[in-house]
Amino acid sequence: MSMSARFDYLLRLGDDALFLGQQLGLWTGHGPVLEEDIALTNIGLDQIGQARAWLTLAGRAENKGRDEDALAFHRDQSEFRNALLCERPNGHFGDTIVRQFLFDAYAVPLHAGLSLSNDPEMAAIARKSAKESAYHLRHSRAWMTRLGDGTEESHTKVQDSLNALLPYVGDLFFSDDVTSTASQEGWGVDPANLREAWEATLIDTLSESQLTRPQPVPEQFGGRAGHHTEQLSFLLAEMQVLPRTYPDAKW
Amino acid sequence: MAIENARDVYTRRQEGVSIWAVPASEITASSPDEKDILFDPSDDKVYRHPTFYDLPDEVKNM
Repeated sequence: MSMSARFDYLLRLGDDALFLGQQLGLWTGHGPVLEEDIALTNIGLDQIGQARAWLTLAGRAENKGRDEDALAFHRDQSEFRNALLCERPNGHFGDTIVRQFLFDAYAVPLHAGLSLSNDPEMAAIARKSAKESAYHLRHSRAWMTRLGDGTEESHTKVQDSLNALLPYVGDLFFSDDVTSTASQEGWGVDPANLREAWEATLIDTLSESQLTRPQPVPEQFGGRAGHHTEQLSFLLAEMQVLPRTYPDAKW
Repeated sequence: MAIENARDVYTRRQEGVSIWAVPASEITASSPDEKDILFDPSDDKVYRHPTFYDLPDEVKNM
């Protein structure tokens, strides 16, 4: 039971990073300016690095011989455990920035908490990831301010992005048997405990960005249980077609 | 004088094309406390150095 909770928990960590990384990679050659093109793909690479580490550990926890590639490329949609926020499409630059900001503000306290895990491998990955997510937040938060407090057009666009994406943060703080096992046994954190830090970052950032918090609407849940939006099918189709068509392909 | 000093110290090996002199008070710098989050994430990205190419023997001084 404990092993399967650990597998599930590690998939959640890995799959969040996997789809953010995959989508940020799509910005290659499309960034608004050269430096931002490199920054987004850089952050994407960090996310892919984190995904590889978590999924490798997940494969070991499952103990059925699946490695990071088997888990990324040979699972079907309902087997993925990422938060719905992470499969929201790139949209325009402001959409991508808001998606990343909402995630980064969660990743910073997540990685801080996981750094204290009693599993030394998880703690080591978290400590490395913490440095990355601290920079990611610095980057996305600066853009929230620049766009929110920029021109009328940038403000309107990024406010619309925020209104559209906020309902999707539900999964990030979703607690169930898996997360309570994780926190009780001391190797994981209860995501509900991360909400306070996330709220504080959000409130500070909104006030410095001249953005307003929309009226609350019901939050969306499902990703942690494998219930996804159609957007994930498009992502998976593109991401998995090559390794599934040529399973023995080598780099 | 900064230009002359820089010319004498930094361009002796023909590296120079243009020298910029900026008042120190106009420089915005990151703090050494931030070096972990700014620079450590590059540690595991060795592919950013072009060291994976096999160079022909005729190529010297790479």
